[in-house]
Amino acid sequence: MSFLTISHLEKAFGSNLVVKDFNLEVAKGEFISLLGPSGCGKTTVLRMVAGFETPTSGSITIGGQEVTGLKANARNIGMMFQAYALFPNLTVADNVAFGLKVKGVPRAERESRVSEMLNLIGLAEMAGRFPFQLSGGQQQRVALARALAPSPRVLLLDEPLSALDAKVRVSLRNEIREIQQRLGITTIFVTHDQEEAMSISDRIVVMNAGIADQVGSPFEIYNRPTTRFVANFVGTLNTFAVKVEDSAAGKVRLGGALLTLPPGLSAGMGAEMAIALRPEALRLGREPGYETVIKGWIEEVHFMGSIIRLRARVAGELVVMDTFNRADQPPPVPGTEVEISLSGKDAIILNG
Amino acid sequence: MAKDTVRRARRRLPLEWLGILPFAIFAVLFLILPTMRIVIGAFQTADGSFTFQNMLDLNTPSIVNAYWTSIKLSLITAGLGCAIGFAMAAAVVFGGLPKGVRSPLLTFSGVASNFAGVPLAFAFIATLGPAGLITIWLRTEFGINLRGMGFNLLSFWGLVITYLFFQIPLMILIIIPALDGLKREWREAAAVLGATGAQYWRMVALPILFPSLLGTFALLFANAFGAVATAFALTGPQLNIVPIKLFAQIRGDVLGNPNLGFALAFGMIVITVIANTIYIVLRVRSERWLK
Amino acid sequence: MTRFFAWFALIFGCLYFLLPLVGMTEFSLKMRRGEYSFDAYRRVFEDQRFWDTFGYSLALSAATIVVGVLLVVPTAYWVRLKLPQARPFVEFVTLLPLVIPAIVLVFGYIRLYNTSSVLPLTGSAFGTDFLLTMGYTTLALPYMYRSVDTGLRTIDVATLTEAAQSLGAGWITILARIILPNVMVAVLSGAFLTLAIVLGEFTMAALLNRPAFGPFMQLLGANRAYEPPALAVIAFAITWGCMGLMQLVTRLSKHERAKA
Repeated sequence: MSFLTISHLEKAFGSNLVVKDFNLEVAKGEFISLLGPSGCGKTTVLRMVAGFETPTSGSITIGGQEVTGLKANARNIGMMFQAYALFPNLTVADNVAFGLKVKGVPRAERESRVSEMLNLIGLAEMAGRFPFQLSGGQQQRVALARALAPSPRVLLLDEPLSALDAKVRVSLRNEIREIQQRLGITTIFVTHDQEEAMSISDRIVVMNAGIADQVGSPFEIYNRPTTRFVANFVGTLNTFAVKVEDSAAGKVRLGGALLTLPPGLSAGMGAEMAIALRPEALRLGREPGYETVIKGWIEEVHFMGSIIRLRARVAGELVVMDTFNRADQPPPVPGTEVEISLSGKDAIILNG
Repeated sequence: MAKDTVRRARRRLPLEWLGILPFAIFAVLFLILPTMRIVIGAFQTADGSFTFQNMLDLNTPSIVNAYWTSIKLSLITAGLGCAIGFAMAAAVVFGGLPKGVRSPLLTFSGVASNFAGVPLAFAFIATLGPAGLITIWLRTEFGINLRGMGFNLLSFWGLVITYLFFQIPLMILIIIPALDGLKREWREAAAVLGATGAQYWRMVALPILFPSLLGTFALLFANAFGAVATAFALTGPQLNIVPIKLFAQIRGDVLGNPNLGFALAFGMIVITVIANTIYIVLRVRSERWLK
Repeated sequence: MTRFFAWFALIFGCLYFLLPLVGMTEFSLKMRRGEYSFDAYRRVFEDQRFWDTFGYSLALSAATIVVGVLLVVPTAYWVRLKLPQARPFVEFVTLLPLVIPAIVLVFGYIRLYNTSSVLPLTGSAFGTDFLLTMGYTTLALPYMYRSVDTGLRTIDVATLTEAAQSLGAGWITILARIILPNVMVAVLSGAFLTLAIVLGEFTMAALLNRPAFGPFMQLLGANRAYEPPALAVIAFAITWGCMGLMQLVTRLSKHERAKA
């Protein structure tokens, strides 16, 4: 049963259609990410849900109530912004209390709710401080508490992590997810960072040029992208040119080897097409159970800790492969000739 | 070792301070000493001995009235200047007016805020004076007689209307950058938390703007309080406000007692100092949330 | 609704500001009965006192700008470089002229530097001109200092100084050839504002009894009907010119910086 429903939503600025026929059903308590490059319309969708932009057509309902024509201040929604947006003239406690105060919640109730919220984000001792006395990460946590204090029906997050530095970003992201799950609040999160979207979401909507290209769990989006855009935008891809040998059985020829692809091959017999393999689907050395082995020359080695990212030249093309670090096995040095194992079952079929 | 540091500091200090010596000398000669001379003179008799008599002499109906009129004039023109300037600035920044309006308004404000003094008085005489454009137009086209309705440009309210010509633009020049500093996210955050537009202005925007508003009000107050040229060119020496009275006193000693002039000027200093002290105290209190 | 009020505020404001300008222009053209003419302007320009007083005020503006620059640039530079602890004092002093009315200051001058004092500046024409120049410098001080100080903030004063010193430059060279050119835009915009202030100034010149443009305008206003609005139009044009030049140098410098 969907709690937040967006149907046939469109938005045009002048003659420029930035959101086209956008449909989405979000279950209660679900965490959904809108992922896409800048200018894809994800922020516009969020701002229409918040009530800052009026849709050109389409409707938005929350908990069965049509909110499309409702003003932002009548929607009972919580929101976190990219640039903190704390009120600089109010203390941390007053910022968190703001939503309750404008609703006319009595003082005692307000105060207990504020301290509950500040405990939730672990900043109870900062209650009397002003925003400028807090770090970016602390400010953003206060912004989360402020958004949650009036118990909103939906929480909207507009790239709340992108202004923070890498370490804080990861810890705050986990904190947001943890609090979201604890409160069971329906959440829409806008980001251009695919790693962020995948680590935090129940489902991801990948957007491109105003259209929702694919909706699915992070696992589905990553492993079974349905469009070339999604495949390219999410994660790294190595593409290989293959020739279809038997389209019904999903068999294609790569060099001298015959690969069996997962279901979904649509190209006809003898067609030239491309398949893609994630960096982790390529294995260094001869691995048992893999369908074929190709030769490559290592060009670059990036040691990243638990993972080693290698770039190798295979038949004139650069491919990227990830291997796990092993203390007893140093990575190959650039210039080494290596064998790379791969298998058709890991391939992503790029139709069209 | 501590002694050594002290000695070195003592030796180095004057050399470094020599760099601002010309500025300090200038400030002493042309700002501080002249002001001190007035403060001291206000408490001296003609032969130089100490007295409170000058202060007591200020307490005549004519002088008290002059101070009162001056304060009223300054408060009203500063208040109206702030209000109207704020409305115009807000109209340009938030009112959804075409973008092309803003830059000409800023340029014009720069010009108008400096178009004070004698020529400004001429402009208003030519417009609202007895033979002015609007006066005659209203009389011939609508049969409205401004004078008959009690309006006189050479009066208190005439002065208010004229002073606003430089007060409003000054407000616009100062407040537009401040309004630009209000982030869109603040308004949106307030809206999404359920606040109405009025609640946003009362609880967020105005408190943030308050220091700028206060500073501008103080500046406009001082601006009007010390202005001589506009009033003098408009009304001549007859309008009873402090700067005009002081002007007449300096020129011709109309008060008889030369030290009463010092007292008059000292009163002006006291009022601007009080105004600025109020300003500074309020500003410090309203700026706790600033860095 | 908001837009309605916005337009209302703007149109109301524009009317208030434009009517006096229209009024003075129209009035200045009405000298000849029954038709518009430039007679009033011709009368003004034929008056030798107009040129004399205008020239005098122009000369005083130039002197004020020179004194202001010589006073403000080295001080602001020195405070930034070596004496940050003097900043509160210097800023306080530069704000004083906004607090102490000009008429009070000039009253102090007259009593302090009169013919029977230690420094009898008002005793001679030159001494009075000097005193008036100093008075104008104080009036321009808040604007000049803020402008130059903001200009200095955009350049790295310490590094520039050290670089120049390591190449053997003395203080005068550093100030004249390194610092001044770098804050030229700020100095120029301060200078044009000073020009606008000084050209029309009335109080100080009138009380020190010098033949400046401001008192001349006032005198004409007290005795004539059509010349004063013509003068107002001229003064408005001059003010507009000064502000225009101020914007021009700022815009040109932005352009230059964008190119660099």
